[in-house]
Amino acid sequence: MTTLLDRKLLRDLLHLRGQVIAIMIVVASGAMSYVAMRATWMALLESRESYYAEYRFADIFATLKRAPESLGERIRLLPGVAAIEMRVVADITLDIPGLNEPATGRLISIPRERRAMLNDLHLLQGRYPDPNRRDEAVISGAFSTANRIVPGDRIAAIFNGKWRQLQIVGVGLSPEYIYEIRPGEIFPDPRRFGVIWMSRESIAPAFDLDGAFNDLSLVLAPGASADSVIDEVDRLLDGYGGLGAIRREEQQSHRFISNELDELRVFGTWIPGIFLAVTAFLLHLALSRLVATQRDQIGTLKAFGFGNSAIGSHYLRLSLIAVAGGVAAGVIAGNLWGRSLARLYAEFFHFPRLLYRLDPQVIVVTTLISTGAALLGALGAVSRAVAIPPAESMRPEPPARFQAGLLERLGLQQVLPLSTRIILRNLERTLVKSALTTLGISLSIALLFVGFYFFDAIDHLIHVQFRRVLLEDVTVIFREPRPRAAGFELSRIPGVLRVEPFRGVAVRLRHGHRSKRLAIIGMERNADLRRAVDTRMRTHPMPPAGLLLTTSLAERLDLRPGDQVTIELLEGRRDTRVSFVAETIDDLLGLSAYMDAEALDRLIGDAGAISGAHLLLDDHQREPAFQRLRASPQIVGMTIPAAVLENFNQTMARTIGTSTTITILLACILAFGLVYNGARIALSERGRELASLRVLGFTRREIATMLLGEQAILTLFAVLPGYLIGYGLCRLIVFVIDTELVRLPLVLSARTFVGSAGIVMIAASLSGLLVNRRLKRLDLVEVLKTRE
Amino acid sequence: MPLEAAGTEVTPSAAEPVFRARGLTKTYRMGEVEVHALRRIDLDLFAGEFVVILGPSGGGKSTLLNILGGLDVPTSGEVIFRDHKLTGADETELTRFRREHVGFVFQFYNLIPSLTARENVALVTEIASSPMAAEEALHLVGLDDRLDHFPAQLSGGEQQRVAIARAIVKRPDVLLCDEPTGALDYATGKIVLDLLARINRDLGTTTVVITHNAAIAAMADRVIRIRSGEIVEILHNPNRMSPDQLEW
Repeated sequence: MTTLLDRKLLRDLLHLRGQVIAIMIVVASGAMSYVAMRATWMALLESRESYYAEYRFADIFATLKRAPESLGERIRLLPGVAAIEMRVVADITLDIPGLNEPATGRLISIPRERRAMLNDLHLLQGRYPDPNRRDEAVISGAFSTANRIVPGDRIAAIFNGKWRQLQIVGVGLSPEYIYEIRPGEIFPDPRRFGVIWMSRESIAPAFDLDGAFNDLSLVLAPGASADSVIDEVDRLLDGYGGLGAIRREEQQSHRFISNELDELRVFGTWIPGIFLAVTAFLLHLALSRLVATQRDQIGTLKAFGFGNSAIGSHYLRLSLIAVAGGVAAGVIAGNLWGRSLARLYAEFFHFPRLLYRLDPQVIVVTTLISTGAALLGALGAVSRAVAIPPAESMRPEPPARFQAGLLERLGLQQVLPLSTRIILRNLERTLVKSALTTLGISLSIALLFVGFYFFDAIDHLIHVQFRRVLLEDVTVIFREPRPRAAGFELSRIPGVLRVEPFRGVAVRLRHGHRSKRLAIIGMERNADLRRAVDTRMRTHPMPPAGLLLTTSLAERLDLRPGDQVTIELLEGRRDTRVSFVAETIDDLLGLSAYMDAEALDRLIGDAGAISGAHLLLDDHQREPAFQRLRASPQIVGMTIPAAVLENFNQTMARTIGTSTTITILLACILAFGLVYNGARIALSERGRELASLRVLGFTRREIATMLLGEQAILTLFAVLPGYLIGYGLCRLIVFVIDTELVRLPLVLSARTFVGSAGIVMIAASLSGLLVNRRLKRLDLVEVLKTRE
Repeated sequence: MPLEAAGTEVTPSAAEPVFRARGLTKTYRMGEVEVHALRRIDLDLFAGEFVVILGPSGGGKSTLLNILGGLDVPTSGEVIFRDHKLTGADETELTRFRREHVGFVFQFYNLIPSLTARENVALVTEIASSPMAAEEALHLVGLDDRLDHFPAQLSGGEQQRVAIARAIVKRPDVLLCDEPTGALDYATGKIVLDLLARINRDLGTTTVVITHNAAIAAMADRVIRIRSGEIVEILHNPNRMSPDQLEW
């Protein structure tokens, strides 16, 4: 049954459609960002958890040099261990048709006969290798796609110095490589890095690991303590070149996904939060104004016997309808965005299936919090409507009270033009509303600020990494440490212009109860190709003695320059040394420790060895040089900064492009909604005043200035707080992002400042233009007749 | 070179007409109903005269005033102000016309609530070509001691006097007043009328007052009676009464 009040409701909605639509869009934006990010978050989390469970992702991982299987059996019997997997894992060089540079294959052993195992293989296509065929291999999905290698193809690989042809029989995935990257890198490069699974029997002999293993994963029994198992495993592996066991949280792929999940959760909370707060505020403004203009109507209704609850619910329903429309649109748009977000994630995170679905729970939560925001916003206005006594309400509301205020106290009333005085006095009279509007607009500036900051951070990262740090054409890594003379061998390859050897020593750094397993990199003192460069792009020469640590590592170990640090060598004689922190630098990528090469040799106490070298190549002889390097049996890995950069740029262009578009859209909606509503309400409150001015001979442009000048000032005032809030959010993001993966530098470009404020100003101007159109329709004659 | 009046003059007079309206018709739709607000009105207003347009509510007098003031346009007919043709002028031209030549006084004063009395008057001086000082205009209406009061701090009569000061500060050619005493009590209304008469006399401003209060007619040079959109009578009043003699 439609009552008359319902009909009035409908007409009020129609009459206020501009504002109602603006509020709906703000609600929809909040609901959309919540639904999209929450649903994607749930999809990623559920996909990961079910993948881990179904394919038995291990809890603890350890790498070692070589241990007999009997040792594995002892570990299997340790208390707290439910299952173990002993494997052979090695990096091999691959010759990919059509790719100039060599690719790296991460070779992982699988049982000869297919059985359930930890970090199990999921076959996307093809089959499991035939137990009787030694050359059959399964390759990872991303690598297969990027290089268009399918079952039936053959690829050439160097196994410990010997060329072998691999017959590809299947394409697979593993929970260990959901995020498939070369160790120590940030972005996937599926063209040049892939996982290859082959039967243990067919690869162990090549690496002298028959009846032995060099990689161990294990699953904990329910309730077992990871720490004590790790201690036991480390103790057992100590004599076998163990590099220290790590828990799942430190596993590379797992860590990237967790980091992404954290980011999604943070963004999926504060972005919708901003929009909900603004929704409440806008509804408060719009309804308060509506109640003020409908005082006489409320009085009449009450005089006719409508009760407070009828009138209260009438205005409440008005706000709920606006919110309901916004939620509906937001859920639909959010679901679409969530789907495309999940699709984007599926490009980087390889699951057997990414379980995206819109959980009804997400819709319920969206509806509840949006309704909550609406009620919060409507409450004040509705209670005011209810409180109006009928007789009083039919009298017109008393005129706006102005009195001498701030302007007069500051003595500005003589100096400023009258139109400015009108604007400033109106702002002063509605100080709280003005402040909240400014805050809202500043949030939209902050939103953009953060969006632009990502570009700055990445630009800076690229600039520092690829223009200042990674100056080599290629870095080669030896299968095992080689004597210094190996460097001279490299320099004799035609096309190699410069060779800078480096040494990496696996250690555990210990300071008090804190420790970190990593490799100390020994750098030549006169190195030009690789240098330690800080975020301000200053190059730091290697200190003659002691360690140079990145700040993030120093913080993690609670170390300051001058502090002593214990170094447990995880290779060679595996004993303990003591050194000190000579310097810390603000590095961008992860946790690193550097030392002067000679100082490192002295510390270890050997004649010096090199783990690899950075090479500079002659541009005209790259191809032959690469061919020679690729064919070298001693080289197991190569990285080419230029290729990494290209790949990085492509990845960024795709991921950041979409998210930036959405950020800009959201920020514009926020600014637009606030300015539009503010101006519409001001127009409603001051329509008569503006019409009077028109009658006195002021042009439409002049009164538009007086009306919109107010919004312009609020927008201008929002710039500085917007920057500050944006800066704070950037700091929060830098804090949230796992510093061991990448340390986002807090650098800001002029583009960020100009862009964030500029776009919001454009959005504000557009809404101003829209309101300006309504000024044209201001009925001068009508306004003069009646007293408001 | 003989100076001859061109065309036919309806009212022979020594003075040039300020306004010439011919065949003014205004119809507008109010919902389903077509309202004839004005029906073929011919009218001349002369420099310096004080005219009262008298008629019942809804008789069309406000519509006539609005058309003369450049706020509204007639459906047909023409209005000429001196040598400007108002009919057919676009909005910009009408705005300039109001800005340069017309002073308005409204029933509900329509002051800008965020500006003081002085500022409300000064506002107009900012856009006028040769205004008097705001203080001078306020002195003329006797509000020297209320310069820095905001509208909410002034009585109705005081607000209307500020409105009159605001209307005259630019030395307009014509002062158009729509029920200027409609919202005021008897005594205050008289003060306001006295002020209008004095300004008409001292500044020589052509003044048009519309009202439904017949008693006010006695202070006018000419009284134009309007009913149902038509002029029913034009009375010349050679013996203007002073407002304080009026009774209603």
